[in-house]
Amino acid sequence: MATIDAPLIVSSRAEFADSFTLARYLETGGYVALRKALTMFPEDVAAEVDKASLLGRGGAGFPAGRKWSMLRKSPVSYLVVNGDESEPATFKDHFLVERDPHQLVEGVIIAAYALQVSQAFIYIRGEFALGLERVQQALNDAYETGALGSKIFDSDFSIDIVVHPGAGAYICGEETALIEGLEGKRGFPRIKPPFFPAVTGLYGEPTVVNNVETMSNLPWIINNGGAAFAALGEGRSTGTRLFALAGRVNRPGVYEVEMVKNTFRDLIYDPHFGGGVVDDKKIKAIIPGGVSAPWFGPELLDLPLGQDEVGEKGSMLGSGSVVVLDETTCVVRATWRITKFFSRESCGQCTPCREGSGWLERVLYRLEHGGGRTEDLDLLLDLCDNIAPGLSWPPQQTTICVLGSSIPSSIHSAIKMFRDDFLEHVNHGGCPYD
Amino acid sequence: MSHLRADIRQRCVDLVALYPQARSAMLPLLHLAQEQDGYLSDEGIAEVAELTNTTPADVRGTASFYEMFHLEPVGKYVVSICTNIACLLAGGEEMLEQVGASLGCAVGGTSDDGLFTLEEAECLADCNFAPCVQVNHRYVRTTTIESFDALAIQLRKGQLDHDVPAHGTLVRVRRSVGLRAPRQEVVEQRALARAARAARAAKEEK
Repeated sequence: MATIDAPLIVSSRAEFADSFTLARYLETGGYVALRKALTMFPEDVAAEVDKASLLGRGGAGFPAGRKWSMLRKSPVSYLVVNGDESEPATFKDHFLVERDPHQLVEGVIIAAYALQVSQAFIYIRGEFALGLERVQQALNDAYETGALGSKIFDSDFSIDIVVHPGAGAYICGEETALIEGLEGKRGFPRIKPPFFPAVTGLYGEPTVVNNVETMSNLPWIINNGGAAFAALGEGRSTGTRLFALAGRVNRPGVYEVEMVKNTFRDLIYDPHFGGGVVDDKKIKAIIPGGVSAPWFGPELLDLPLGQDEVGEKGSMLGSGSVVVLDETTCVVRATWRITKFFSRESCGQCTPCREGSGWLERVLYRLEHGGGRTEDLDLLLDLCDNIAPGLSWPPQQTTICVLGSSIPSSIHSAIKMFRDDFLEHVNHGGCPYD
Repeated sequence: MSHLRADIRQRCVDLVALYPQARSAMLPLLHLAQEQDGYLSDEGIAEVAELTNTTPADVRGTASFYEMFHLEPVGKYVVSICTNIACLLAGGEEMLEQVGASLGCAVGGTSDDGLFTLEEAECLADCNFAPCVQVNHRYVRTTTIESFDALAIQLRKGQLDHDVPAHGTLVRVRRSVGLRAPRQEVVEQRALARAARAARAAKEEK
């Protein structure tokens, strides 16, 4: 049975058709947290977030408080909010920017105050035309109402926020590539070290990059206290989290779920959430955490939705996406399409990723379309091993960023779990599911 | 003589002023050049270069990296159909094929009447309405070929100009104000806050 008694932290306004308007936002407690934060010392605001143990909601799951505290010693110049959500089957930030842009804006102002930055930027995926318009409108309204700009709510704190449209590049979700995009360049991830934009970020200055959902949690945390947030969930996975459920389920959608208290099975089958698999088919596999994550078989459906719980089983919660593959799904086709995605989106800087992704895609294509050979399975794994040596989890890197090392996840999973499916493609001379 | 219309050029100048460095306005400016011409023309690129203190080659090199920028003319309506994992499981490939047949254009091509350009998209983050279809990056949520065909008829008649503005127009909500927190004010505020914090820390240490 799913646990659904936790408060809705970031999706509380979803029931209202006008959830994105200033009027609705103010009516439902909007900008109260900002007023409260401005009466606190900035370091106390940051301490509250630290107390919440809020794990970053972008994909890496790095504790937001710790990210901030890395900057305590020297002043931070910029806050950059990552709304370039492009991980396949992830659509929670799309929901947040369209449905509750003021919550995001309030969170960004609170973070800007805690970090004492000089300017904040919200980078939003270019394909979110409506989301871009809603966030711009929210910023306009916030300026108008005195929540943004010079001397916010008559305090001694002034800040500007600029919304920055992306232009179609998955790689710009990688924080250093996103900064390049914000500097008006190609979205090439930067060579590490320095590992964090906290050291060298936008214009070479200390910069914090946080995800949209991470920011959207801040108003609630300030209103209710970090301890109340940390009381939800279990262990390192505190609070609630948005899960984007997609694939072969009856009710795909974005669901706010208390961390750890619910399992993959709850999310997929509970009538409050996914409502079961289409046509009551059996689950073949699930992809937790976006297509960069290794797959799980149905035997792991009772695993709790927690960062460490999923990590210990060799995958990740990642971007908060869960894709259900059922018994009618051809895993070779699924793997080919995912690999084609990486091939299209590789920025091209590093050879293993640029060449490897295309090669893998072509081998998978021929398997799916009737030109496959038995030895292709070993070839696929060998190529994967060249991109992420050892095929371990978390993966080893041979590339500047983790896009490269994400490519083998689905291929390795699919061959490990469904080797017979691949061989059937070879023997059948094409896809037996067609 | 400016290639960009006076109003668009003014919006570009206002955008540049929002960033600490002019080059940062590159992507938003390219969107505006595309809004005027429907694609990135040589003249548009040259003017973005001038506005961002870069060169046309540099602007072209940057623009070509990003999927949403078109260096060749495209239709008034760019139809993007996702075939990535969630949409694949919901018939995205079939949808792409059917829409191509219906519009009479191949993937990447433009229909004979010049109205529609068809693209195979990567995940558009609307997986609860799979297969996902965008027209000019507006979610139209036509998950069947029948509903898409009905939409295409309306688009041809110009009945949806408000919901789906012509290709290139991305953000219709203009920023109402420029930067409002004057640089000097921010610098002084942050210095005072830092000093106050240091004083608090010193006091605590005692």
